[in-house]
Amino acid sequence: MSILVIAEHDNQALNPATRAAVTAATTIGADIHLLVAGQGCQSVAEQGAQLAPVARVRHVDAPHYGAQTAENLAALIASLAEGYSHLLLPATAFGKNLAPRLAALLDVSQISDIIAIEAPDTFVRPIYAGNAWATVKSGDAIKVVTVRPTAFPPCGDGGGAAIETLPAGPDLGLVRLIERVLSRSSRPELAAAKIVVSGGRGLASKENYHRLLEPLADKLGAALGASRAAVDAGFVPNDYQVGQTGKVVAPELYIAIGISGAIQHLAGMKDSKVIVAINKDPEAPIFQVADYGLVGDLFQIVPELTEKL
Amino acid sequence: MKVLVPIKRVIDYNVKVRVKPDGTGVDLSGVKMAINPFDEIAVEEAVRLKEAGIASEVVVVSCGASVCQEQLRAALALGADRALLVEMEETHALQLEPLTVAKLLKAICAKENPRLVFLGKQAIDDDANQTGQMLAALLGWPQATFASKVVVKADEAEVVREIDGGLETLAIKLPAVITTDLRLNEPRFASLPNIMKAKKKPLEVIKAVELGVALAPRVVTLKVSEPPKRKAGVKLSSVDELIERLKNEAKVIG
Repeated sequence: MSILVIAEHDNQALNPATRAAVTAATTIGADIHLLVAGQGCQSVAEQGAQLAPVARVRHVDAPHYGAQTAENLAALIASLAEGYSHLLLPATAFGKNLAPRLAALLDVSQISDIIAIEAPDTFVRPIYAGNAWATVKSGDAIKVVTVRPTAFPPCGDGGGAAIETLPAGPDLGLVRLIERVLSRSSRPELAAAKIVVSGGRGLASKENYHRLLEPLADKLGAALGASRAAVDAGFVPNDYQVGQTGKVVAPELYIAIGISGAIQHLAGMKDSKVIVAINKDPEAPIFQVADYGLVGDLFQIVPELTEKL
Repeated sequence: MKVLVPIKRVIDYNVKVRVKPDGTGVDLSGVKMAINPFDEIAVEEAVRLKEAGIASEVVVVSCGASVCQEQLRAALALGADRALLVEMEETHALQLEPLTVAKLLKAICAKENPRLVFLGKQAIDDDANQTGQMLAALLGWPQATFASKVVVKADEAEVVREIDGGLETLAIKLPAVITTDLRLNEPRFASLPNIMKAKKKPLEVIKAVELGVALAPRVVTLKVSEPPKRKAGVKLSSVDELIERLKNEAKVIG
């Protein structure tokens, strides 16, 4: 059984979520291939060849894969799919955008955001914002699956796979990237951070969010996150959002500050190892999942915590 | 230009879902149902395009049992012009999967010839996040998923998308499929006069079997279970105690 994992990357570096998808592949079979398609992405192919479980890297380089848009990539991958039992992608914005398009081109269903693999055709995935888990069995010959990155550990290096360069497919010319504006931060990436400091509506303003949370995050070497309410209120950009429709995180330590704990927020963080909640409302649902709670005024507690750490 | 907006009937987002004790699914009996919130954003965006004089007609469509007429009427009350129900038996509706819906919608697109299809990026029941991308693939159209801003021009649309690291702007050729993210707009509430008017708007029922799409699922659900519960922890009395516990008990900080 051969498995093709689709690498997520920016033409320079392999996205760590790819490593989780490779680990998931190891629980299905041993012949794991990695597709690196992009523009000037030779270095990514070389990084992919280092992944211990990867047996072969398939590298495709062309200008029309540079922006990683789904139309050209899905067509390319569909043309390479024959002979594979599984096509795995990380359940990130990249994978979620691409996988269904790819599956439909192959006339197969797609299985989204799996958190466990029970058999090569049987997967566990959260539904209803994580309030239920569904165990599903696919009857398709090729299984197109997105893998929740926090549910599988990243695979390590130590491999030395051969890199095979393949010809590019056609440019469908349906879409053009105008611009990409990425948040620049010296902090760890939210999805991969060991500690996350997250803020909600209780912070009351953008100024408070930054004034109170940034020093704490700096002290802890933490990434910054936010509830949907804080994003909607404009405290921080969309890529800070943790939850059902934002990012799913599972750090060692998640500190929820002024976050009430709506179901859709809990869906994005309740697999964290240790959860701390700081909130003035003792009845806030966040305390039902928190290991340690502090009821009180965050405007006093957070500076005190930052100072004493 | 005509805009098609597929909508899904789901458990209202305020309802706490309960897993059935026999593990066959979640309990839907007597539960409040609503338009999937992301689809409501899609309806709103289409209606705004009509109000701006860009769209000529907004058609909503839902695939499911006859009860979905409730959600179609609700969408008509928000400003859609007419509605289509792709109707099937409840047993089929319960097992409907995104690929099947995409095939049904492709058949509807062949009849209606929309220039734009707006869908929610995901439904809050199965959280699949697939239908829009699948429809775009089947039609051979471009897609712009997770949209937070849409500007429709003569032959293309400029769409700002929410991606993991920030935002990107794509120009996609029309016709196209766009899926909506949370911050695209804030849907209006239907006014009482509009709810009354919606009752008179056309709602056509099309039998799913007449569209020539096999309804049987490729993916079967073996079991639905409660996720492991996280135990509530302890409430502490001071910052000092919190730091002590994090260092010595949880050992997550140095």
